[in-house]
Order: sequence, then structure tokens, then C-alpha cells
Amino acid sequence: MSQRLINWFKFASPATFYPLAGKLWPWFAALAAAFTLAGLWLGLFVAPTDFQQGEGYRIIFIHVPASWMSMFIYCVMAFWAAMGLVFNTRLSGMMSAALAPTGALFAFLSLWTGALWGKPMWGAWWVWDARLTSELILFFLYLGYIALTSAIDDPRRADKAGAIVSLVGVINVPIIYFSVKWWNTLHQGASVSLTKAPSMATTMLWGMLLMALAFWMYTIAVALCRVRAIILEREGRAQWVAELPEMRT
Amino acid sequence: MNTRQKRFAIILGGLTALGIAAALILNAFQSNLVFFFTPTQVAAGEAPKDRAFRIGGLVKEGSLVRQDVTVRFVVTDTAKEIPVSYKGILPDLFQEGKGVVAQGSLGADGQFTASEVLAKHDENYMPPEAKAAVDQAHDAAKTLKQ
Amino acid sequence: MNWASASDFFAMGGYGLYVWGSFGLTFAALAVEAALAAGRLKTARRRVRRELAADLDTQD
Repeated sequence: MSQRLINWFKFASPATFYPLAGKLWPWFAALAAAFTLAGLWLGLFVAPTDFQQGEGYRIIFIHVPASWMSMFIYCVMAFWAAMGLVFNTRLSGMMSAALAPTGALFAFLSLWTGALWGKPMWGAWWVWDARLTSELILFFLYLGYIALTSAIDDPRRADKAGAIVSLVGVINVPIIYFSVKWWNTLHQGASVSLTKAPSMATTMLWGMLLMALAFWMYTIAVALCRVRAIILEREGRAQWVAELPEMRT
Repeated sequence: MNTRQKRFAIILGGLTALGIAAALILNAFQSNLVFFFTPTQVAAGEAPKDRAFRIGGLVKEGSLVRQDVTVRFVVTDTAKEIPVSYKGILPDLFQEGKGVVAQGSLGADGQFTASEVLAKHDENYMPPEAKAAVDQAHDAAKTLKQ
Repeated sequence: MNWASASDFFAMGGYGLYVWGSFGLTFAALAVEAALAAGRLKTARRRVRRELAADLDTQD
């Protein structure tokens, strides 16, 4: 019986995870490319014009997936932070560190595309409403995490400090999500939620979901690639690294 | 830049980023969480009296009047109404029957003078034909009720 | 198909600047980020190889 249970801690060892990540990332990269092509096709060529916003609404195919990913990645970082603090596994901190730059990028893209959408539709690049402000806070939390962890030389201590930032900051994620419900905002309410039918035409919805999947796969591929770099940077002197086939010259 | 200066700069950058995040949170809790007040809230005296604020609601159907550069319209939340006057360019989505947020101040005569007008759109996305069908069904339901 | 011509497609009903500004910067940024991550791995790998070679030299 115990034979059939996977020993997850085996994968938490960098020596096992490094080659596994190397094998996996090209698959996720290929999925990302395929979903991007399908999503762009649906979003730009199949999805119809919107009755209110004309063609300008097509920013939604980037804006919503990028915003979702910025929140989701922060939650995953908080998950790894908790894992690292509880089980004291080395890989957890590396996973957090590998995800942070991608999360920061998606938070930035969410704000950028939001500004480009807000100007023509609302009449303003930026307003200090609860949704926009809380997303800006998320962006600064990512920057704070990155700056703090790269300022501490000892990687294990850097991971601990980063874990605290991500666990405290994760409170902000539900605030972003529910901000449009809890307060009067200029930002629209959710078009897609678990509690009601989506208020979008089907092809529009599918275009958006495919782009979200594409960004998700992209995030996994890039994070796997980056975590490999981090493993080598931190554990380059380990015996298993010397025994890797790619290190033989 | 040597290592120590670099580290100092990074720590300073990190603290600044976290500080900005904290400042934004505190500022938000103080006042800005309420982005706009509805006409009902204004009638109940909830809006600030000594400074400019924003009102939000729907542009009342048939209330839009243009005189040269001045635009006049009525903001309603179906319970209360506020007349607004504004000099300037309206956003693309500004329309009668649609959402609007206006920043400005309320005169003693109950007239709101706006310095900025923003359009607030809803979360519905559909092609024009579908919208026409929805409107038609809506009108049909209304006629049946009468 | 939504578009009568290529110029129609790029105009995006008058919102071209905003739509293409969003799509363009997003995909450019993602490409740069992916390249940076790949470059970081390459650098780390080169450093490990150099260190291993140096170890071998001292052993000889």
C-alpha cells in the first residue's frame, strides 16, 4: 500500500526536481503557444464587436487574463511560502522566487492594459478607485518581495523574509477580487464569476478563457526555467550537479 | 557602485515599495474607498460638504441638453436625482441611460458643477444583434405586464 | 470574420492605438521575460561548468 503512495518529498529535492523541470518546461511552452494562437484567433477574428465598446473591448482578452494571473501567482507564492515555513523544504523558497518576476510582470500588464482601456472608455487613464488601487498595491508587493529577497545574501534567510511578505500580502488578493462588490468603483463588476452565468457572448468568453490558459502555461514554463537557474545558482557546488550529463564537457 | 552600496540601494527600494503599498492602503481606508456617492446618499447628507466629491448613477433618459460648450444632464439612481452641469469633452461611452461618475461640487441650489465626467460601463459584453434581441424581449415583457 | 480588410483590422474601429498598445507591449514583455529566464539558466550553467573545470585543474 505504501508503495502506491507517491513520495512527494522526493520531488521537493532539487536533485530530483532539476531534471524533471528540464523535461517538463518545453511541454508547457508548447501548450502556451498553442493556447495563445487559439485565443488570439477567437479574440481577434471570431468574437463579435461589442454593442457598447465597439472593437475597443478586445483589450479584455489581455487585461482579464493578465489580472487573473497576477492574483493567482501571488496565491501560489503564498502557498509555497507556507510550505517552506512548515516543512522547511529548500525548493519552496526557490519556487516563490522563480514566480515573483512573472507575477510582477502580469500585475504591471494588468495596470498598463487597464490604463489603455480606461482612457477611451471611461475618459481617464487612472482613477483611485478600490479595484485599481488594490491592484497597484499588489504590484508594489511583488516589487517589495523581489527587492527584499535579493538584498539578503543568505538564500535561506531571504526565503523566510520573502515568505512573510507573501503570506501577509496575500490578504490583498480577496480585497482586489471583491473590491467591485464591497465598494462603489468606476471599474465594472465581474463578467465571469462562480456564482452566476457569465455576462458575455460565448465566443468572447472562450477567447478570454483560452488566453488565460495560455498565460497560465506560459507562467509554468518560465517559472520552471527560472527555478532551474536558481537551483544551479544556489547548489552549483553539490555533487549531483557535477554528475549531470549536461555538465560533462 | 560597490556591493554594500548596491545592497543598501536594493533595501531602500524594497522598503520604499512596501511603504508605498502601506501608504496606499491607509489612504484608501481613510477616504478613497468610496469612489462616488449615489444621489440617495447625497440627499441623506452622507457626501462631504466642505470639499469636492464624486457622484455616480445613471444619466436620466431625455435629460441631456447641450448649450455651446456646456452640457447639462441629470444623474439618477432611480430614487433621487441631481442636475449636473459640465464644460468639456464627454467620454465615448457617455450616453443617456448609461452609468456616469462626475467629480465636482454641489451648489446651495442643489446644482452639481462637474469638473470631470467619467463613463461607467457595466459588465455585459455581447454583439449589437444580441443586445437588440435582449431589448426587444425586455420591451415585450413590459408590454405584456401592462 | 469581422474584418473587411487588413487596414480595417489594424484600425480596430478607431481604438487601434489602445488595442495594439495592449497586445503589442504584452507579447513583447512576455518574450523579453522568457529570454531573460533562459539567459539566466545559461549563465548559471556556464558558471557551474567553469567551476567544475577549475576543480579538475587543481586536482591534476
